[in-house]
Amino acid sequence: MLPLMAQLTVSHYLFVGAVLFVCGVACMATKRNALGVLMGVELVLNGANMNFIAFASPLLREKHLGLDGQLVALFVIVLAAAEAAVALAIALNFYNNHSTIDVDRASELKG
Amino acid sequence: MLLAAVDWHSYFFMLFAMLACAFAMGVLLTSNIVRMAFYLVLSLGATAGLYFLAGAEFVGAMQLMIYVGGTLVLLIFGVMLTAQSRFVSMKIRPDEWILVASLGGALLLLLLYVAFSVPEWRMEHPHPAEISVAETKLAAPIGLALSGVRLDDGIGYLFPFLIVSVHLLVVLIGAGYLARTKRRATSEN
Repeated sequence: MLPLMAQLTVSHYLFVGAVLFVCGVACMATKRNALGVLMGVELVLNGANMNFIAFASPLLREKHLGLDGQLVALFVIVLAAAEAAVALAIALNFYNNHSTIDVDRASELKG
Repeated sequence: MLLAAVDWHSYFFMLFAMLACAFAMGVLLTSNIVRMAFYLVLSLGATAGLYFLAGAEFVGAMQLMIYVGGTLVLLIFGVMLTAQSRFVSMKIRPDEWILVASLGGALLLLLLYVAFSVPEWRMEHPHPAEISVAETKLAAPIGLALSGVRLDDGIGYLFPFLIVSVHLLVVLIGAGYLARTKRRATSEN
């Protein structure tokens, strides 16, 4: 069967979610710019949200999570907005005080 | 003839899934922070398209409005405020790339194995003709659930909604306080 004629399943969505998640984790690990790390966090949260939406979807499964999954996804979006605001404030404060945005230079708390 | 055989649901899923994954890889692989922000916008926009295709119209709209329209604009402002030429493109060493590629590949393989290992998740919807349009009209039930009333037999979400509202308020006041402009101690002029 051609892939374009196959019906969608939850696994299709989990695949996309896994790719987004791994890209986000790798972003958090490799970026030296603090804002790049922040973008990695956003990708991770979206990968997780994708799984919630997939399991909540009435189109993909007969026994689905229903409204609960979508509500949790909404809460995740709101919390991601809050997290981005605080992290950005911290990054800007760091930039004001140290004139750099390189996370490798933030080593003052090192023991 | 051929067009009639194509399942447009799957076609648009493939399109948006490829866009989302490709631009997520773009965010990872480019070292230019401005390009990363742009790729992230496109990746999250394609993700909103996937939400629409899964029948989560309200969440998809919120993804576009809050995430792409709010959070990412905030991020782009952060990029613009710190975009000195030496911070725009920060590279890492090749051996670090190799380490990240091997670890990330292993994690991806593990997650994909899990995603395809449960047979129930690979099953297609047994009665696709029985899906009613009313089942995907969820804006009013979501609004009612956030105010504590569930039309189906579930629990209301008034208390989490209250907590997340206060949390957002505290966070925004805290962020405004943290990011306020101060005279830099080592200011040249």
